[in-house]
Amino acid sequence: MNATQTLVALWTLVLKEIKRFTRIWPQTLLPPSITMAMYFIIFGNLIGSRIGDMDGFSYMDFIVPGLIMMSVITNSYSNVASSFFSNKFQRSVEELMVSPMPNWVILSGFILGGMARGLGVGLIVTIVSLFFTRLTVEHPLLTVLVVVLTSALFSLGGFINALMANKFDDISIVPTFILTPLTYLGGVFYSISMLPNFWQGVSMLNPILYMVNVFRYGFLGVSDIPVGWALTAIFAFIIVLFFVALTMLERGKGIRS
Amino acid sequence: MAEPALSIRGLTKVYGNGFQALKGIDLDVQQGDFFALLGPNGAGKSTTLGVVCSLVQKSEGKVSIFGIDIDKDFAKAKYQLGVVPQEFNFNQFEKVLDIVLAQAGYYGMTRREALPRAEQLLRDLGLWDKRNGNARMLSGGMKRRLMIARALMHRPKLLILDEPTAGVDIELRRSMWEYMRRINQDEGTTIILTTHYLEEAESLCRNIAIINHGEIVRNTSVRELLAELDTETFLLDLAEPVSQPPVIEGFEITQVEPSQLALVIHRGQQLNDVFSVLSEQGMQVVSMRNRANRLEEMFVSMVEAGNNAIDKRAELNKEAQA
Ligand SMILES: Nc1ncnc2c1ncn2[C@@H]1O[C@H](COP(=O)(O)OP(=O)(O)OP(=O)(O)O)[C@@H](O)[C@H]1O
Ligand SMILES: [Mg+2]
Repeated sequence: MNATQTLVALWTLVLKEIKRFTRIWPQTLLPPSITMAMYFIIFGNLIGSRIGDMDGFSYMDFIVPGLIMMSVITNSYSNVASSFFSNKFQRSVEELMVSPMPNWVILSGFILGGMARGLGVGLIVTIVSLFFTRLTVEHPLLTVLVVVLTSALFSLGGFINALMANKFDDISIVPTFILTPLTYLGGVFYSISMLPNFWQGVSMLNPILYMVNVFRYGFLGVSDIPVGWALTAIFAFIIVLFFVALTMLERGKGIRS
Repeated sequence: MAEPALSIRGLTKVYGNGFQALKGIDLDVQQGDFFALLGPNGAGKSTTLGVVCSLVQKSEGKVSIFGIDIDKDFAKAKYQLGVVPQEFNFNQFEKVLDIVLAQAGYYGMTRREALPRAEQLLRDLGLWDKRNGNARMLSGGMKRRLMIARALMHRPKLLILDEPTAGVDIELRRSMWEYMRRINQDEGTTIILTTHYLEEAESLCRNIAIINHGEIVRNTSVRELLAELDTETFLLDLAEPVSQPPVIEGFEITQVEPSQLALVIHRGQQLNDVFSVLSEQGMQVVSMRNRANRLEEMFVSMVEAGNNAIDKRAELNKEAQA
């Protein structure tokens, strides 16, 4: 394929992915908006006013970045996981396999589709949050960079999950048993400086903590952890997962008998 | 001579569970041919075609499409290839038009190029009225035609159809034949199809390969195969039921129903001889027709012969082990 054809193919795939999640918006775009609005009302407004300050900010301002990040993570992941798995399940993945599209284009198409949903939902949640507080963004560029990288990383995770999955249950295991706990314990609702030393140490093993913190740093200008280090780590993870996913695709793992 | 459209050498496939589906297939399909791959269920037809279009990972062997080795440049080979698989493999929740347009996009065709092509194909295949409906709402025969339209979007030079007319009614089947013939003759598209309807192979295809238990047992032209048939079976309907079939020296006659006989004629034998004896015995033939399809009989006998050979081999193995 020449460069133009490759771009056409990639664009076709991305557009199709975007069409998919917008077509089923009551399942994909609406629920996170409602859930997050509940979080803002209950934790931010009602309980938050009693909690007082967290790291020198009102509780509402503290949790907004974390909640945006949480929706970006889950939506990026589950978009790619369910879309690619249903392509496998309905066999329409064969449409891609018989075409001359290189594997990296197939992979990128799904990842960009996942990012479109993750970032789209992130934007919706941000807009919802504006009804509850006035957002300030200290470092806009960094904020955008980290949310885009995080979305790419979890889209890749969702892709690998879908390649390995044999049944629909297999794509809900990771979100339920790994992503959700790690996100809740990743400093979305509290600053890890509140934790005893030992649990602070344990928390440092949680990769989501770094993403949430860098993102929050972008908004508020404060972070529990060194920002540059975290960015490098996210970037490295993306590279590694991209090549893992590509190799699996190349070998036909889970799609070619 | 031009490169064959498809050339397969020593192709084997062992599936993940250890089952050997292909045991060394050699096959050539020339450009412009209309080629049938026949075989009973589980013979290895879909596996062979799956390797050719990258849905199945081959174990050993070489496959070239218009001289392009799929191990060297599969992407280039795939441009020449259109595939209509045995099972529905489109997203049931997408619109008909979107499905064919997306497929064109995967080959690098812009929407502007793809749209007129899609319209033409969907019209030709009688799906244009359904273009904005979900694929799930099509009938089985329409779904098959949708897959044909999808496979033709990028103008492939080799079209592979895995049981394209399975579950399609007779009238529609004939119109699909007409369509396939047209793209073979007018556009010079090489076509390979698998089918269980031997009539289909007989009326459409020039060349034929028969596959059984993962091996090619015959590879020849349809005409030659038919010429080899040295027996033909006729069904004779009698005016009155008979208690037992008549015995006529040199002819094989069996009773199918009280008033129906099956008569096997070998090459060189005269039907007249039978009729005269029958009328002497007071049996009146009111009508007569050819039993089933001639190719079908040959096919059945060939597959049975193959199975017997395998049974024998198994027995020999048993004996050897004993
Ligand atoms: N994924 C798989 N894993 C293991 N065995 C398989 C797999 N796919 C097919 N087989 C086996 O390989 C053999 C050949 O199957 P194949 O689908 O090629 O047959 P076929 O000739 O297309 O049959 P049909 O006319 O029923 O479509 C069968 O015995 C089948 O059970
Ligand atoms: Mg088959």
